[in-house]
Amino acid sequence: MNKVYNRIESITGNVITVKADGVRYKELAQISTRFGKSLAQVNKIEGDLVSLQVFAGGQGVSTGDEVRFLGREMRVSFSEDLLGRIFDGSGAPRDNGPVLTENMQPIGGPSVNPTRRILANRIMRTNIPMIDMFNTLVVSQKLPIFSISGEPYNQLLARIAMQAEADVIVLGGMGLKYDDFLYFKDALSKGGALSKTVMFIHTASDPTVECMMIPDMVLAVAEQFALQDKDVLVLLTDMTNFADAMKEIAITQEQVPSNRGYPGDLYSQLASRYEKAVDFADSGSVTVLAVTTMPGDDVTHPVPDNTGYITEGQYYLKGGRIEPFGSLSRLKQNVNKKTREDHRALMDAMIRLYASYKETLEKKNMGFSMSRWDEKLLKYGELFEKKLMSLSVNLPLEGALDLGWEILAECFRKDETGIKSDLTDAFWPEK
Amino acid sequence: MTENKGKVISVNGNLVSVAFDGNVSMNEICYVKVDGAALKSEVIRIRGSVAQIQVYEMTDGIQCGDEVEFTGEMLSAELGPGLLGQIYDGLQNPLPILAEQAGWFLERGIYADGLDAEKKWEFTPTAAVGAVLRAGEPIGTVPEGPFTHKIFVPFYLLGNYTLKSIVPKGEYTVRETVAVITDERGREIPLSMSFKWPVKRAVKCYRERLAPVENMETKVRLIDSFFPVAKGGTYCIPGPFGAGKTVLQHTTSKYADVDIVIIAACGERAGEVVETLTEFPELKDPRTGRSLMERTIIICNTSSMPVASREASVYTSVTLAEYYRQMGLHVLLLADSTSRWAQALREMSGRLEEIPGEEAFPAYLESYIAAFYERAGYVRLPDGSTGSVTIGGTVSPAGGNFEEPVTQATLKVVGAFHGLSRERSDARKYPAIDPLISWSKYRCVIDGRKSAYCKNIIHQGNEIGSMMKVIGEEGTSLDDYIIYLKAEMLDAVYLQQNSFDPVDANCGTLRQRYVTDKLISVLSSRYTLHDKEDARGFFNRMRQKFIDWNYEEFESDGFRKGEEEIDALYRERDGREDPVQNSWKDGEEA
Repeated sequence: MNKVYNRIESITGNVITVKADGVRYKELAQISTRFGKSLAQVNKIEGDLVSLQVFAGGQGVSTGDEVRFLGREMRVSFSEDLLGRIFDGSGAPRDNGPVLTENMQPIGGPSVNPTRRILANRIMRTNIPMIDMFNTLVVSQKLPIFSISGEPYNQLLARIAMQAEADVIVLGGMGLKYDDFLYFKDALSKGGALSKTVMFIHTASDPTVECMMIPDMVLAVAEQFALQDKDVLVLLTDMTNFADAMKEIAITQEQVPSNRGYPGDLYSQLASRYEKAVDFADSGSVTVLAVTTMPGDDVTHPVPDNTGYITEGQYYLKGGRIEPFGSLSRLKQNVNKKTREDHRALMDAMIRLYASYKETLEKKNMGFSMSRWDEKLLKYGELFEKKLMSLSVNLPLEGALDLGWEILAECFRKDETGIKSDLTDAFWPEK
Repeated sequence: MTENKGKVISVNGNLVSVAFDGNVSMNEICYVKVDGAALKSEVIRIRGSVAQIQVYEMTDGIQCGDEVEFTGEMLSAELGPGLLGQIYDGLQNPLPILAEQAGWFLERGIYADGLDAEKKWEFTPTAAVGAVLRAGEPIGTVPEGPFTHKIFVPFYLLGNYTLKSIVPKGEYTVRETVAVITDERGREIPLSMSFKWPVKRAVKCYRERLAPVENMETKVRLIDSFFPVAKGGTYCIPGPFGAGKTVLQHTTSKYADVDIVIIAACGERAGEVVETLTEFPELKDPRTGRSLMERTIIICNTSSMPVASREASVYTSVTLAEYYRQMGLHVLLLADSTSRWAQALREMSGRLEEIPGEEAFPAYLESYIAAFYERAGYVRLPDGSTGSVTIGGTVSPAGGNFEEPVTQATLKVVGAFHGLSRERSDARKYPAIDPLISWSKYRCVIDGRKSAYCKNIIHQGNEIGSMMKVIGEEGTSLDDYIIYLKAEMLDAVYLQQNSFDPVDANCGTLRQRYVTDKLISVLSSRYTLHDKEDARGFFNRMRQKFIDWNYEEFESDGFRKGEEEIDALYRERDGREDPVQNSWKDGEEA
């Protein structure tokens, strides 16, 4: 029997409190206001005083509104019917399709037993050289895309969604601008990827609490697909909005903030989402790519900072391309020893030389005269940026490696590259 | 299990308040009954008849009135044979067994014994009936992997005991009684091969604590030669994300010159644990030739596992380390990362609504960190032998800024500081330990004067390098430029190391001594070099020779050939010892 209460004790922001008995932590309730019905979730119990976060927000909620406890936790329907569909943060359809209620699965479930995971060891090709060659994306990896507002991160995500080798794409949008939502819909349907995609979208105009639900919904669905032997790619944009939503609720509930107003458990909260990335022994996998916008291009901001400690590397999107410094795929060494023997050494040498190029460029800009070595570096840097770094380059990994050797040979002598001699002997292009 | 019970009266995240009758002790373990499961929890505050407990599991579904059962025991680790090679969570549940019971996921409320109760061990008694024994003295031994595992009189028994009876040599499980001792009043106490010890208390059954002077080789040149670690010492590795803290600990866990390595993956990525799990059974322990897993214990409480047991996991790890130290073994505990542990403290402190300190960390943060690192040490045991626990902890400072509470509190108590820098890791220099900021209070494996000489070159090179950024290369004198090139070469061929190459990654003391001698003779010499271009070319070639040399097995033919090539190049440019630059030889040994 569902319990119904008609007296709301307090309303602060999106959080209401009700006097109620027998209510369970994290239980869902339905609240009927003059603007319609909304879900709410229990997030604190103190004696008979129960706090709930209202999905649709506290605006217009009256102390006399009806609160009906549903006796269950937040769940999401899972079946093949999800493919091609679009939902909001409470699980209601955003397209005009039917409501799905079969096979309801709990969200935010327990973490995978580490002993049942397998070592990430399969490359997920994207045909973007800055990813495949320099910071290979690996199946079951979790990687953020650090970016400042205004960078084409959603375009990059869409491109990865279309080109990556994944069976299912689950896209979660948090605080998404409406035009970005339309862009994703459009790009994926044009690219022919819509039929293997499920979207959970919270737009900037939707209530905050729903934003907090998106990652859990997305990951619960992804996990279910993965348990059916599918390689799932989860794309989330933008996790900073998710963290801000948590901050909003935490402050409303008078939690002690730790750093710039964010709750002390920000790390654990983000980690429990990102750690859903997994390669199951004898089953499918979940790979997570999540945009994290850095307020003020500041990587030490709590959200990108905590994220960096959780994820297995990061891509920096800067000036419309993936920066080689700072960008890092920690799992690349699991796969790049098997791709081609020169992959690793070439990658390291090219980045090292590119770093020297940047230093030389600085010197040049300050007006110092250039030595012959400097000239070589300058030539190299330009070629590298033009031929490999641009996001418009669409090249398979092997092609990118060959191109790398060509660029080196065009600029340097063998012993100037710092690569082990047996590799330069084998791969140095003869002219 | 006591009969003491309570009822839930409030739930806030993983903090639950319980009204109780009777007596409840601080840090006592209790279980919350929900949906047929019993969730393990720990009492962390008592006020009147209300106990606040932190639940080691997700608290979803708990409601007011749910029953809580108190056990009267503190959080304990079970100590006995069979710990080596295990993979535990923070509460000493073996993860493979949980996987058998629950499948893919870590379902809450499922626990398993830390030690296999069925397995039989070959027990050999070593104490004679009538012997007077104290806590921490052995009564017998059991072979465990490559080690002789000693069976002790439990550490918690105070006073003198007399051995009344002991079983003959034979096979027993860890739960069977193998001996009976009597206390001073004649009360009998049966002993099995295992016992429990509360993890938050340090084991102190040793005769004395000694100064950590013996080197613990990590085989990482930059550490052993310049910023060494001693057995029984402590060190920390703070660094921004992506600087290679975990990779560094991973290589250390493989090559470190110790008997046992305990890896505490505390609040970090599950993938990294999987890497260890996959790799270690395949690798050989360079000391014994047996599987590396046989000398390793993994305690993993990864970031998505419940926060409260993350807090417990570092204590569980150090308790196991102390236990093996009691057997006269040298144990290395690698905690990755202590910041996550500190954050777990912060989360609970926030929920308890304690007055926050800096960055909302609790005021007792420093004393907790100090107490943890102080559990390291080189000790003389009751039988006169020695054992040690060395603790190496990574720190993940927010924003990579070392001026934060956890890093600062840690630096106060450790013996060596390996600060990782973003610049070095961005330039793909491994290990990214910054030689300009790191320090160590222990003695290097190479001659201290040589170590100081090399560090000096790095400092000079760095100064010249920053000056060159201002005045340009052409404004720098050839002599200065050569020092700069020498520093760069030293960095490239000695400070940096390829952790993927089995030879280069495992650089022992003898090799380090040999190579530094050669390197110093190259660095401290003058050459006939015409201009900067010429100098750069020469040192580039020299660098290449040294890098190739690094990949050759020590004292192999290739190694000798590499050395000859270096000598040939040295002579080609008329290399000669420089009396001025050799002044280091006159200095005092550090």
